[in-house]
Amino acid sequence: MSGESAVLRFDDVSLYFGDTPALVHVSFEMGAGETRVVLGASGSGKTMLLNTALGLVKPDSGRIYLFGQDISGLKESDLFDIRSKVGVLFQEGGLFDSMTIGENVAYPLLNQRALYKDRRQPANGNVEERVREALRFVELEQTLDKVPSELSGGMRRRVGIARAVVTEPPLVLYDSPTAGLDPITANTIIALILKERDSRNTATIMVTHRYQDGHLMANFRYNPNSGQIEAAPRNGGDSRVKTKFFVMNGGRLVFAGTQSELRASQDPYVRKFVK
Amino acid sequence: MLDFLKPPVESFQDFIVLSGRAVRNIFRSPHYVNDIFIQMDNIGVGSLPIVMLIGLFSGLIMGQQMARALRAYGAQGQIGPIVSITLIRELGPVLVALLVAGRNASGIASELGSMKVTEQIDAMRALGTDPIQKLVTPRLIATSFTLPLLTVIADFLGLIGGYLIANYEFDIRFSQFWTPAWQILEYNDVVQGLVKPFSFAIIVALVGCFYGMRTSGGTEGVGRATTKAVVVSSIWIFIVTYFIGKIFVNL
Repeated sequence: MSGESAVLRFDDVSLYFGDTPALVHVSFEMGAGETRVVLGASGSGKTMLLNTALGLVKPDSGRIYLFGQDISGLKESDLFDIRSKVGVLFQEGGLFDSMTIGENVAYPLLNQRALYKDRRQPANGNVEERVREALRFVELEQTLDKVPSELSGGMRRRVGIARAVVTEPPLVLYDSPTAGLDPITANTIIALILKERDSRNTATIMVTHRYQDGHLMANFRYNPNSGQIEAAPRNGGDSRVKTKFFVMNGGRLVFAGTQSELRASQDPYVRKFVK
Repeated sequence: MLDFLKPPVESFQDFIVLSGRAVRNIFRSPHYVNDIFIQMDNIGVGSLPIVMLIGLFSGLIMGQQMARALRAYGAQGQIGPIVSITLIRELGPVLVALLVAGRNASGIASELGSMKVTEQIDAMRALGTDPIQKLVTPRLIATSFTLPLLTVIADFLGLIGGYLIANYEFDIRFSQFWTPAWQILEYNDVVQGLVKPFSFAIIVALVGCFYGMRTSGGTEGVGRATTKAVVVSSIWIFIVTYFIGKIFVNL
């Protein structure tokens, strides 16, 4: 795969905060429709990986190509257009608590200038209809007029997913989508991520510290006909082939490979994440 | 050897960069007009009752204290001009600015700080909005517009307070108070009385936003940012009022 056709490519990226390494010589690339599950302890650089991919934080050295465009040297104002192709779910949802759920989900549609035909009119259809559709996707249409503080943690996370995918971006980043949630809610969230990935063939990067989340991403898929999550075929279904695992430690990418390679790894740090 | 100077110099540099961007955004689209009006309502209308109260009482107190001192010289008639000059040149702008610093620099810092620690600022950037354009510039415009107005209102109520004391306690008639109070004012005083609140507004808004936007360390960090915003903006209000006063005295 050439760098130009990759959705996201990191080329020897390093980032330090003072003397503390956040990313150290990180290189990888991923193509359209692929999945990356990033495992690692707290402070291992997982979130920074996503932040640099979005251009929210500039790397000290190395290059980052997002949809073939080198974003490492771009000015903030030039980044807005390319960011409109990326959906992101922040760790705690990152919802604006001064706005209603509806306004939150409508926010990317109304503010991403790249999506505009002219200055006033969002490009693809009626905003309200698309907001309802995105909320229906996460089964929270009834919360349209509520404010984030009225929702539970899991519901806020689901609204965050609705906001991330409302613009139908080809790449979605999820930062610890299941952190701090009970197992049932966590599985609901992963099911939604699978549904988004498999119904639109979205490239997905998911940061997590639960191996189980990665296992679900690699071995299950959303069946659009039944509307259910089901096990991917044993003989190498799509998600199995396209899902790779990363393990990070102290800013370094200490492991990159498939699930079976991950399970076979003898590295004591990597083994801690396989359960 | 001079390493201890590095953090404050860096902070000051960051502050100047933020201020420059906030001002530049005034002339760039998109303009978030709704946010400007919401902030005007919050900062201007929200501060109105307490500003009126402070204005009235500062006039009452000054009238009371001054009259006693002036009586020693048989000069109670001078109470109008004294209250008028003190309030309009100095006390009105500084009192209102300190009040707004306490009320709004802290409010801005805690609001922006909470948004920062809950990743809402990052979310804003990720969703195609410049947070300086959306959050800082509207607050800067709203404060710069409302603080001079609040000061004018406080000055006026202070004069009424001074008149009430002069009239009820020292038997000074309406025209005896108001005519000299009006006549003593020069163009210079009025300009000074408006330049000051405008400058203080810039300080309050930008310092509040600055500490809010660089908040780190969770809820504890929000508390720290809020305290710093109030302390630093109050200090700068006193420094700036001294220098503006000095310029106008020399004019």
